[in-house]
Amino acid sequence: MNKKKLWSIALLLMLVLSTFLAACSSDTTGTTDSTDPKDDSKDGEVEESTDPKILVFGRGGDSVYLDPARATDGESFKVTQNIFETLLNFGPQDTTINEGLATEWNTEDGLTYTFTLREGVKFQDGTDFNAEAVVKNFERWSNGTEDQFPYYASMFGGFKGDEGHVIESVTAEGDNTVIFKLKRPQAPFLKNIAMSPFGIASPTAFEKDGDKFTDNPIGTGPFKFVEWKKNETITIEKYTDYWNPELPKLDKVIFQAIPDNSARLTALTTGEIDLADGVNPADSNNVTGNADLQLYERPSMNVGYLGLTNTRPPFDDVRVRQAMNHAIDKQSIIDAFFNGGALIAKNPMPPSISGYNDDIAGYDYDPEKAKELLKEAGLEDGFEMDLWAMPVPRPYMPDGTKVAEVIQKNLADIGIKANIVTYEWATYLEKTKNGEADAFMLGWTGDNGDADNFLYVLLDKDNIGSNNYAYYSNDEVHDILIAAQTEVDEAKRNELYAQAQEIIFAEAPWVPLAHSTPLLAGKVNLLNFLPHPTGSDKLAEVDFK
Amino acid sequence: MDYKRGYTFLFLTFCSRIILEYPATFSLHNALDGEVKTMLHYIGKRLWQLVPVLLGMTFVVFMIIRAIPGDPAQVILGQQASESAVKALRTKLGLDDPWYIQYFDYLWGLITGDLGESMRTMNPVSDEIWGYLAATFELSLFAILIAIIVGINAGIISAWFQNSWFDYTAMILALVGVSMPIFWLGLMLQYIFGVEFGLLPTTGREEVRNPVESITNLYVLDTIIQGRYDQLGTVLKHLILPGVALATIPMAIIARMTRSSMLEVMRSDYVRTARSKGQRMFWVVYKHALKNAIIPVLTIIGLQMGMLLGGAILTETIFGWPGVGRYIYEAINFRDYPVIQSGILVVAFIFVMINLVIDVLYSLIDPRIKYD
Repeated sequence: MNKKKLWSIALLLMLVLSTFLAACSSDTTGTTDSTDPKDDSKDGEVEESTDPKILVFGRGGDSVYLDPARATDGESFKVTQNIFETLLNFGPQDTTINEGLATEWNTEDGLTYTFTLREGVKFQDGTDFNAEAVVKNFERWSNGTEDQFPYYASMFGGFKGDEGHVIESVTAEGDNTVIFKLKRPQAPFLKNIAMSPFGIASPTAFEKDGDKFTDNPIGTGPFKFVEWKKNETITIEKYTDYWNPELPKLDKVIFQAIPDNSARLTALTTGEIDLADGVNPADSNNVTGNADLQLYERPSMNVGYLGLTNTRPPFDDVRVRQAMNHAIDKQSIIDAFFNGGALIAKNPMPPSISGYNDDIAGYDYDPEKAKELLKEAGLEDGFEMDLWAMPVPRPYMPDGTKVAEVIQKNLADIGIKANIVTYEWATYLEKTKNGEADAFMLGWTGDNGDADNFLYVLLDKDNIGSNNYAYYSNDEVHDILIAAQTEVDEAKRNELYAQAQEIIFAEAPWVPLAHSTPLLAGKVNLLNFLPHPTGSDKLAEVDFK
Repeated sequence: MDYKRGYTFLFLTFCSRIILEYPATFSLHNALDGEVKTMLHYIGKRLWQLVPVLLGMTFVVFMIIRAIPGDPAQVILGQQASESAVKALRTKLGLDDPWYIQYFDYLWGLITGDLGESMRTMNPVSDEIWGYLAATFELSLFAILIAIIVGINAGIISAWFQNSWFDYTAMILALVGVSMPIFWLGLMLQYIFGVEFGLLPTTGREEVRNPVESITNLYVLDTIIQGRYDQLGTVLKHLILPGVALATIPMAIIARMTRSSMLEVMRSDYVRTARSKGQRMFWVVYKHALKNAIIPVLTIIGLQMGMLLGGAILTETIFGWPGVGRYIYEAINFRDYPVIQSGILVVAFIFVMINLVIDVLYSLIDPRIKYD
């Protein structure tokens, strides 16, 4: 009896389940049926598909803040760059200065900047964008603290009342003019203004929401915030009252966090996402070999180099440093470890930065010449040295120790015996900073795309003991770099940086190795996607074929 | 601040006394009688024993994460941050205090029901962790269901037809399953079922172009509540690949355990008697034998379930699943101390609670098991 009971219960359950499932399926067909005729009737009137254009952008991690002023991480700026706009914009794929929320800007003396604002712009909450809104944003930032607005502090030298604070005052003149008065000239000022952290937010919203503004960000950008599912997706949709009625082309963008690089590429292959950030260099062939996909290269904003501690013999001799430059086969390193996803570096800064001196020839791979130079320096029998390799992969150097082995072999060819040395990362930085290494591998990623952020920070004598790990000191270079810091004429300033790069090239304080170009992949029908060197991509123009 | 430390100390002394004198306290009221009383008594005792376990754990985790090099303030602000900014943040986060003061402040927070604030996002951990726990819970439940259904049946049939081809195949597969690197398995599953056959989605919890409106953050439940059965289908589809990847190891362990446990029971006298009575083999196996063989399997299931709920970092990473394992893992990368501490505490708490539930279940299945 018992058996029978059990069986009948099981049967009954199955019956219930199947009716339930049947109900579901008929439900879905029911809804599609009811929508189909509507679509047809619309098609009759307008010859255009009514499907919303949705871009799913797969990336490695979630954002931390959607309030750009508070954020410091690239994943936050990737989203805020499309919700907010800055007074000035960077070029589509470089860091030149273009109009943004301001249409005109000028300065006489580098102390007073006048910005003319775009008219007819509204925030996504319906309030007006005007000069007063800009002033309120700067008031908010300059009255903050370093843990609140870290980028404001580092780009403008602190906050109100701090001695280093560059901005004297920000005032509105009428509705459409904003005047900045600086305490002293700051040449990268316009570049700083164009950085993602300084996107203009709706004062009504941030005054109301305070710290919670990050959960409901409101700017003037082409997309407005919809939803944030933590560690999963962030959705933004077309802002219909955007000042440029042509833009954005897409109806919706969904940023999806998929931490594993291979899994992200798989999701692109299956069509779950449309665009994948962070493609492994080793996977680039899978993308180029797939007719449904296209590969994008993000222009480089970094440099990976072999630093030579200029105060330690024999590297105090310029000929030895030049010999090192001729001895290393950069092309093989790039082919083997960057899968071609990098440019050979000849200068301490990447070509996407204005002021880059492309006239410099660079040191070619020439072991014979290197031997000659060593001979001139009285080291024809070679010498023994320590070669420091970083223990962790960095964006500018995927595998430090492996690259060091290639360098070791290159150096052996010209009679130099290099012993590879490595430490835990924090210790490594500390020891190189103290000048304890003969030669060390290191690199740098730019902040605001300004030449000063590379040349002055990495190679000026002021920064010995800080980021000038090579202990390179040259008074002429120092004078040029200091002059460039206050030179507000872009052309003159670039001329100064070109000069500085020439001297640095001749003196060879480092062996610049590579500017890595991070890879992305997208569906083949994706249009107008231009990856930006800063890592924050504007998606307003992006469209599907 | 000082009074907090004083109270914390008093509270700890109080706890230790209660734990030591527990039997005396509870023998006072012997009003309840019989089974229920012993059961409640047992549960109460186990809950009290939890206090020193969790307390010890907070201490160990607290010390370990401070032993790894790396300064949270520096990591949060990035390499380019100025020294003054790092210093200001350290002070604000209380990282300049001696470790024991930090520890007591943390404990005081726990006693007052405060799990702390994430150093990175500045949100309360108790708010943040809920969504991740729900995602992990949904996936673990699905995985453990697969593991139980497939594992127990495979184990039973293997024992029933011992030394048959099914037995050999199942046990070889179980051996492979136990030793399978999840990372590799996950990528293979994605490749085969996602790319090659295009049958199943490979990443995330939902079809992102048609998102689920989250209420409980248990998407299966949410879609049912809202009557969105079209979405229920896609949500279930998204569960399959990560669920199978996650289920593999528990499934193999359960299958092996069930088999060995069943083999033992099948040799016992009452099984022989049942068979000689002429009862059908199916009922002998599934009804009489299984009831006695299931107890050790239940222990294993409890342990595995507890482990799954701790969040499976690898599975969650490969399948882009926003679970608690990834939450804690990312917190470690950012040296987000409060999230690591409280996250592990919550996970450990769940682990212990599940095992308690399993222990209580024993007596429901086998009334011969008594608690003292």
